[in-house]
Amino acid sequence: MISLAGRDILQSWGKFVFTGIGLGLLIGVTLVMAGVYRGMVDDGKALLDNSGADLWVVQQDTLGPYAESSSVADDMYRTLLAMPGVAQAANVTYLTMQVGSADRDVRAMVVGIVPGESWGAPGWPPYLVAGRQITRGHYEAVVDLATGFHLGEKLTIRRSHYTVVGLTRRMVSSSGDPMVFVPLKDAQDAQFLKDNDAIWQARRRTGNNPAFNRPDAPGLIGAVNTSQTSSTSVNAVLVRLAPGAFPQDVADSIQRWKRLTVHTRAQMEAILVGKLIATSSKQIGMFLVILAVVSAAIVAFIIYTLTMDKIREIAVLKLIGTRNRTIAAMIMQQALALGVIGFAVGKITATYAAPYFPKYVLLMPQDSVAGLFAVLVICALASVIAIRVALKVDPAEAIGG
Amino acid sequence: MTGNGIRIEGLRKRYGSGDTAVDALKGVDMHVLPGEVVGLIGPSGSGKSTLLKCLGAVIAPTGGRMILGDEVIYDEGWKVRDLRALRRDRIGFVFQAPYLIPFLDVTDNVALLPMLAGVPNGDARARATELLAALDVQHRSQAMPAQLSGGEQQRVAIARGLVNRPPVILADEPTAPLDSQRAMAVVRILNDMARKYETAIIVVTHDEKIIPTFKRIYHIRDGIAHEESGAGATSGQPGASS
Repeated sequence: MISLAGRDILQSWGKFVFTGIGLGLLIGVTLVMAGVYRGMVDDGKALLDNSGADLWVVQQDTLGPYAESSSVADDMYRTLLAMPGVAQAANVTYLTMQVGSADRDVRAMVVGIVPGESWGAPGWPPYLVAGRQITRGHYEAVVDLATGFHLGEKLTIRRSHYTVVGLTRRMVSSSGDPMVFVPLKDAQDAQFLKDNDAIWQARRRTGNNPAFNRPDAPGLIGAVNTSQTSSTSVNAVLVRLAPGAFPQDVADSIQRWKRLTVHTRAQMEAILVGKLIATSSKQIGMFLVILAVVSAAIVAFIIYTLTMDKIREIAVLKLIGTRNRTIAAMIMQQALALGVIGFAVGKITATYAAPYFPKYVLLMPQDSVAGLFAVLVICALASVIAIRVALKVDPAEAIGG
Repeated sequence: MTGNGIRIEGLRKRYGSGDTAVDALKGVDMHVLPGEVVGLIGPSGSGKSTLLKCLGAVIAPTGGRMILGDEVIYDEGWKVRDLRALRRDRIGFVFQAPYLIPFLDVTDNVALLPMLAGVPNGDARARATELLAALDVQHRSQAMPAQLSGGEQQRVAIARGLVNRPPVILADEPTAPLDSQRAMAVVRILNDMARKYETAIIVVTHDEKIIPTFKRIYHIRDGIAHEESGAGATSGQPGASS
């Protein structure tokens, strides 16, 4: 038996191909949307992986450095190092801000890390693609390639200038902003230090306060001013566990004795995926539903129109004894063929377009398989209306009168 | 010979019921022998199309009897279970417009019917090729319907009607879109094919040019058919039996 659907497609291939391209672009957008969601999740996991930590020690009752603001004393890490199961502990700060160079500025997450002697401490970029790690205590930076900065370039963060000494890759925040690593002290200043005018105003207020400016204690005013301008907080302490230590046990111990909140890797992942990007994922989910409905409507309309164009031929086919299932199969096969053409175009479009998106787009093979399955189901369902119309055609319509 | 061609006795068809009922056929008798081509004429609304639809097993009559070959197919009810198979295997159709399937080439348009009946593709195409040769359109066998002239399309449609060797062919205004020369050619072909394949052919027509070619004519008016001798019975026109 010849393939009626195949012959019809070959006969009017232009109509099918151009319709398939239109549908494919829509499917491509759908795949990219799914890829954006996957990219957000992957960014979050990369952020956790790249921190190199097993535990995140943060301010009590907060969700950690990525989801909420957190402030921990910068000497806390020393006491954590003394606790059982803790192999390494390092301070870290995170601040998303504009980082400028001579001719432009980039939205980036500035990460303060302990430089110098603590090679490979938690929070450090785990690998570089060019240059070296930060070795000095001030004014050096390692940047992600996505910032577009290059080795030797001068950056401005708040009031200080930095030289790019190393380049890394795929180091991004949960929202996809590339990271800029700077020495911890500089990062603390960038985050907590006030500007000169604010310091001047604070000193004036302190000087006018008789409680601090006491004639019988001439050193007090100086000590208060110094404490106001020094930065002694960090956002979190990253902890790496000793071999054999159980994360939850160590976390419970720290929480009990240090009155801090500690998140394990699994908890941080749940916070990132379940809370930080939950709204975005719902938004993307809504878009996916709308795109699926629009795709179904387009396929249904096209197949319905193609069927109505053949209504007389269908009447003849029925009159000369063609089974209903043969006619239904012809229409459904055409709808599925349209879906396959559309999916192929969409997949190619998404694959080639993904790198040009500002945010990371991760196209997973299982999403493509699920997408193809969904497209075929949508096309099959969309052809039902046309099939119903075709099966209702009276073979008598082929006979005049 | 393929039995007795087609015979109908007292065929009735009523549309609607009660006060609005319309009797489209009021007891039509007709008998067309194998190898014979008869004309079915009548004014609009006389019941021609209804009769054709009943004969084609497209609609069910209200009463009467229909015998195809030696088999009673309707006797106050259908006696055949699968009307679709009946239409496919035992009734050929030729329409006013050829209604060829536009996305199949000439050979496959003709071969489609035997394929639908389960004949292997090669055998179906061989059967189609033989008929196309008999109808002198074999040279266009690979062409698409849109590439054919009106006469060629109608010849392909006739080949499609004949391909399953049906005992009866119902032709609905087969010459309507054709000029005189081509119309007469189609009538000649129908007569040749009727004789060659011993098929009973009923031609519904308004075409004054071809009416004189029939040996017998059924004139239907107000749902009642009257048999008349056609001019073809004595004039030596293509419709005359040899």
